[in-house]
Amino acid sequence: MSNWMEALKKEIPDHQIMTGIADRYSYSFDASFGEHLPDAAIQAKSKQEVVHIVKVANQFNIPIYPRGQGTCLSGGPLPVCGGIVLDLSQWPEQIDMNADDLTVQVSPSVLTARINEEAEKHGLMYAPDPSSAHVATIGGNLAENSGGPRGLKYGVTKDFVLGLELVTPEGEVIRTGGQTIKNVTGFDLTKLIVGSEGTLGVITEATLKLVPKPPAVQTIMVEFNDVRTAGKAISRTLTSGILPSKMEFMDQACIQAVENFKPSGLPVDAEAIVIIELDGHLETLNVETILVENIMLEIGAANVSIPATSEDAARIWHARKQVSPAIAKIKPTKVSEDATVPRSKIPDMMDRLHIIKEKYQVEVVVFGHAGDGNLHPNILCDKRDQEEMARVEQAVEEIFQAAIDLGGTLSGEHGIGTMKAPFMEQELGTVGLEMMKRIKDSWDPKGIMNPGKIFPEKGQKLVLRNG
Amino acid sequence: MGELQTLQQKINYDKTFDCVQCGYCLPACPTYETLEKETHSPRGRINLVKMVAEGKASVEDLEKPMEKCLGCMACTTVCPTNVQYGQILEGAKEVIEDHRVKSASRNRIEDFLFGSFFPSEKWMNTLGNLTWFYQRTGIQALANISRLTKLAPLHLDKFEKVIPKQPSPKERAQRMKRYIRKRPAQAKVAFFTGCVMDGVFFQTNQNTLELLLRFGFEVVIPEQQTCCGALHAHSGKVNDSIDLAKRNIVAFEEEEVDYIVNNAGGCGARMVEYHHLFKEGTSWHKRAKQFVSKIRDISEVLVEADGMFFNKSVDKTVTYQPSCHMTNVQKVKTPPLQLMKKVPGVKLKELARPDFCCGSAGIYNIVNYEDSMDILDLKMNDVCGTGSESVVTTNPGCLLQMKLGIEREGVSHTMNAVHLVDLLLEADPQQQ
Repeated sequence: MSNWMEALKKEIPDHQIMTGIADRYSYSFDASFGEHLPDAAIQAKSKQEVVHIVKVANQFNIPIYPRGQGTCLSGGPLPVCGGIVLDLSQWPEQIDMNADDLTVQVSPSVLTARINEEAEKHGLMYAPDPSSAHVATIGGNLAENSGGPRGLKYGVTKDFVLGLELVTPEGEVIRTGGQTIKNVTGFDLTKLIVGSEGTLGVITEATLKLVPKPPAVQTIMVEFNDVRTAGKAISRTLTSGILPSKMEFMDQACIQAVENFKPSGLPVDAEAIVIIELDGHLETLNVETILVENIMLEIGAANVSIPATSEDAARIWHARKQVSPAIAKIKPTKVSEDATVPRSKIPDMMDRLHIIKEKYQVEVVVFGHAGDGNLHPNILCDKRDQEEMARVEQAVEEIFQAAIDLGGTLSGEHGIGTMKAPFMEQELGTVGLEMMKRIKDSWDPKGIMNPGKIFPEKGQKLVLRNG
Repeated sequence: MGELQTLQQKINYDKTFDCVQCGYCLPACPTYETLEKETHSPRGRINLVKMVAEGKASVEDLEKPMEKCLGCMACTTVCPTNVQYGQILEGAKEVIEDHRVKSASRNRIEDFLFGSFFPSEKWMNTLGNLTWFYQRTGIQALANISRLTKLAPLHLDKFEKVIPKQPSPKERAQRMKRYIRKRPAQAKVAFFTGCVMDGVFFQTNQNTLELLLRFGFEVVIPEQQTCCGALHAHSGKVNDSIDLAKRNIVAFEEEEVDYIVNNAGGCGARMVEYHHLFKEGTSWHKRAKQFVSKIRDISEVLVEADGMFFNKSVDKTVTYQPSCHMTNVQKVKTPPLQLMKKVPGVKLKELARPDFCCGSAGIYNIVNYEDSMDILDLKMNDVCGTGSESVVTTNPGCLLQMKLGIEREGVSHTMNAVHLVDLLLEADPQQQ
């Protein structure tokens, strides 16, 4: 047995240490691409255990990769350089609600949707709602700075974090931020850690902000005969004194895929639809619904449907949820991107995507959170087809370039991980990236904390092919 | 074809690509919850199948994770990309079984059969008539129990305690095979008796017949019917299960019926998938499709029957533990609830997590006793929380497991477990 394993066993129970081949392969992947066999997968169920594991890793120079439920779409928890996958998903759930302060303290293993469930019992809401919220842990959401449809009105994970407890790469425990909304004491390390993808340490506790839960919601579905009008409609709504909680976009390819998969009454002839959700008091919603309808008709929308009952509204959202399974029927492999552009540039981005699709002869469908410019172009392909995957790699590169050209960014909510690392310099510039790297190096001098993420190796390229 | 390619075909390697590893199955999987490892989750298992098919891991590596799978199929209901997990699981079980046959010693099987199973008088009484049971299930199913449990003690005593009193062989033999109806019938149905239902819960089967007759159905019980083959398929004996499917198709083709009715969620689930066992375009596939189109759970035909009412009030608080296979494979969810709501006096309190498996899962509770009990404890927590006096189920395995759970919790003086048909008959259904 290696020395580091012996050292680990001193404080970690045997059943939390996995070294068999079946177990190691079970922690070799996430929801993105690639498979990397770790030397061990180890479960931590308390702060003390995390401290011990990190100290051992630091002492023996073993890379360590924090992991929640492995739903990451950018390769965050992949053990690309071997070493230890640190599974935090089995840490006993702890949710301490401070309703009067509108805050909640949570353990890293808590499923994100559970936080909102608890908050609702007190008339409050935890707004970030990534589509995987019922599966993903808050620890993973914090590491990746996850978003979701409600990001439009309420912001993303980082906008809801007041304080963190972190085990540093050297095994020390620090606390950042605090319990208050206002806090300007020193550098904002909290915001630095959120979205650092596990490269700066292991988050062991978070204090999150809650907001009052809106008493009612209203859904509106709008059809468009061209994407440009849809783009204009989004901007016009947002400049008319209305801030919907969600504005979700589906292009024609998505609509048709859903209707082929499970007919849900979506308009197959529409070039695009935008599904809007307003939230607030019922009286306000009644006023805003009419305003939105007028804006849409004035700007040239083909049709506006306002569901009369919550069941009808649920049907529309159910159809939106069918996008993933429906497009999986087109081809088995899904390369899901989250390049984000300024809202006014959505039509331009759609044009660029169309050109890319033609140029590389790949299947592209687009849906996403159009209200905040966060589109999800998905390329449907088959990873067994090496030639096709080569074209997909080129198409993805060009999607990133298009987003950057239009003043946008590589990633709105999925994170950089391994998949987007090669494009970092394009967006940040040499010095910009170098400054980030300096921060990383001073936090983690031995480079053991989630190596191989965010920062590209020299000459690193996007690879979606095996071998 | 190379060895790896043969393996890939058998293990359904191609189907593993439908899994995008999103992890949405994790919260639905009972064994991920109790065993706390990705290795024991649907996503983890599919990935391991892929690793074995790619030669990166061995068949032995796959054995334990697959053996620990309940096969409850809760993952298939939540899967956003419609992965055919059932087929991947069965392919993996078959590969594991083939691999084991080549290397296993036969002694252990005999040890079990002659050392533990035959000598148990209670078991033998339970199964009524041994010859009869063997004709139904085939000895392989039992042999399989023994080999799987070679390392673990069997907890047969625990099961003996909760098995109902058995009818005499004479009573069994006296059951009629055909009930002709003089008045117009709701429909003509063939009753699929099931082996465990008929062996262990004979009275419930009798009650099922009684219900069908009272509800105005004409009923036949084809004599040549046999085991549905679910247990065989779940233990990797695919050829045996195909053979049984063919025998059933033939047996039920001989009768002109509208429906083939069963009262065991697991058997029904097996039978609605018979067509997957045959190649499309073949005559067996066609015959299987015809057979499948007639399969109904008892609750489905009863809920559709007109003009019935319940004469007697059953003043009880009950909860309902749905059979996973009925929910996730047959997709029959509401008929049992609709029927219970019609019974006067019954106060139905639904479980917080009805779709969480009870841990019975075919013979899982025998071969993986400890794991099964961990799952059962979670289920009983939920059941006891409803304050019910009766747990209603629709499958013999679940019924046995619920009885076991009630014993384990020490609440047998305040709670019992019954099959849905027993409850319905208690309410004395009558035609208007």
